[in-house]
Amino acid sequence: MQRRKFIKGATLASFASLVGAEIVYGLKMPAGYVPLALQEPDPFKLFKKDAGMVVLNDKPWNMEAQAHLLDDKVTPSSKMFIRNNGLIPEDINIASWKLTIDGESVKNQKSYSIDDLKSKFKAYTYQLTLECGGNGRSEFDPPAKGNQWTVGAVSCAKWTGLRLRDVLEDAGYNNDAVYIGYHAADLHLSRNPEKEPISRGAPMAKALQDETLIAFQMNGEDIPLAHGYPLRLVAGGWPASVSGKWLTKISIRNKVHDGAKMEGSSYRVPCETVAPGEKVADEDMCIIESMPVKSLITYPKSGAMLSEGKKLSIRGHAWAGELEVAQMDYSIDFGSTWHSCILEKPVNRLAWQHFSAEVDFPKKGYYEVWARATDSRGKAQPMLLPGWNPKGYLNNACHRIAVKIG
Amino acid sequence: MKEDTNKSNLKKEFEKVYRLAILTIVIVAIFGLIIGYLIINPQFFDFKKDDSTTELPEIAIEEDFDKIENGIHVSTGFVDAPGMKETIQNCTNCHSSKLVLQNRMTAERWKATIRWMQETQNLWDLGANEDIIIDYLTTNYPPKEKGRRAALTDIDWYELK
Repeated sequence: MQRRKFIKGATLASFASLVGAEIVYGLKMPAGYVPLALQEPDPFKLFKKDAGMVVLNDKPWNMEAQAHLLDDKVTPSSKMFIRNNGLIPEDINIASWKLTIDGESVKNQKSYSIDDLKSKFKAYTYQLTLECGGNGRSEFDPPAKGNQWTVGAVSCAKWTGLRLRDVLEDAGYNNDAVYIGYHAADLHLSRNPEKEPISRGAPMAKALQDETLIAFQMNGEDIPLAHGYPLRLVAGGWPASVSGKWLTKISIRNKVHDGAKMEGSSYRVPCETVAPGEKVADEDMCIIESMPVKSLITYPKSGAMLSEGKKLSIRGHAWAGELEVAQMDYSIDFGSTWHSCILEKPVNRLAWQHFSAEVDFPKKGYYEVWARATDSRGKAQPMLLPGWNPKGYLNNACHRIAVKIG
Repeated sequence: MKEDTNKSNLKKEFEKVYRLAILTIVIVAIFGLIIGYLIINPQFFDFKKDDSTTELPEIAIEEDFDKIENGIHVSTGFVDAPGMKETIQNCTNCHSSKLVLQNRMTAERWKATIRWMQETQNLWDLGANEDIIIDYLTTNYPPKEKGRRAALTDIDWYELK
């Protein structure tokens, strides 16, 4: 804290000396902005995260959970992954915060204060699964570039907010509307105010779903800063990058939104499957929509040692993007035989489902418990890595834990 | 006579040491006061300078930034090898060294990544440094074969009650 105070009165030159290098875009730094290298160095304190969370990147912040940390039925903020593309906005003033609805297909461009939104529209609460498109990227071979997420870039918190549909209808839109694109208050890493770190969106059909929210609360409290305070678009079941944080504007587009990280290879996979390592032209890449079926064993933590004859209770969550999980199985013999788990219904559409099972082990030895979810259309998680893609998205291979009976 | 000279020499020596000790105490006390004051008022030396000044005052932290321990550059985590300096200078301005260190790519894919950053993320022309950086990364962080599914490793075994 002492350090922060000291920094406040400092000049650019003293910043540079503290960072140990010239701050190349220093002159473009907004007044009062504390360079990331000097921001509170402890992300666990800064974002109030559980000590077991793993920092993948500190500029921008990216942190993931571990399977056993995700045991709660509703993910608390302390165990929720952070995937930021730019710098977290500073000096957020909710009294002057505006959400604007514009775009080629809007009937009446409108701006709302947070109070307007809260008083004018009915609020709804849903538990919504948000998984980073790149969750599991670290397993792809050849490796894909980007943050090397393992299994922990997924969460299912309770979000409260207005239906995006109600706000879009209040502004009105023409028949040619095909997509919405969000804009937000975060800052590009190059500190160029002309550039947006990320500006993605979804087709109108997704935008108009009951569960697609402009959220102002998470788990019954103000949304934590790292997760989008004061407003966040929340579109469960789709890559979490669709759920734009620090929301300032929704554009109703008459074409597929072309904001930052909508084009090129970002959040896209080859339209046709390719061999591992194959080059894919941008025009052959298709935007990811619903996330695939997936599950996690959240109890016990991998590495449990039990005495012979003891049963092991396992539990976890399963989700399937836009769909529901229809069947949940486990195997202790590397997929030779599968046994069904007890599977609960979701509390609402797009929420993850809880599963549990009692596992018997025939004799002493090393085991792996593998979990496999099957969606309502009969698609199951693969035991091997699914289709390779250049950016390493959509790894929904079965999760497994190691167990020793002895 | 001889004894007297010795005595006066000894006395002179003693006085010298005495003066030195006093001087040391005074200097330490002055520094103590300055440091004490700086703790109370850390902005004391922040004279209102033009914010755009480019001079970089040399301070202790600057030395720490260059520190190498067991072949690792402590502040970034990079392996100390030819090309490290160019990599730090060009690759850690916008994003963290952690993003670089997580990745394992071939020369061709690093080149493609650099182009993507130049086209979309405001990365400058790296000139002759480009090959130096790519050589550094592919030499020190080569891709590892993982196959279609790797074995579980680094299992933290514990007794489950």
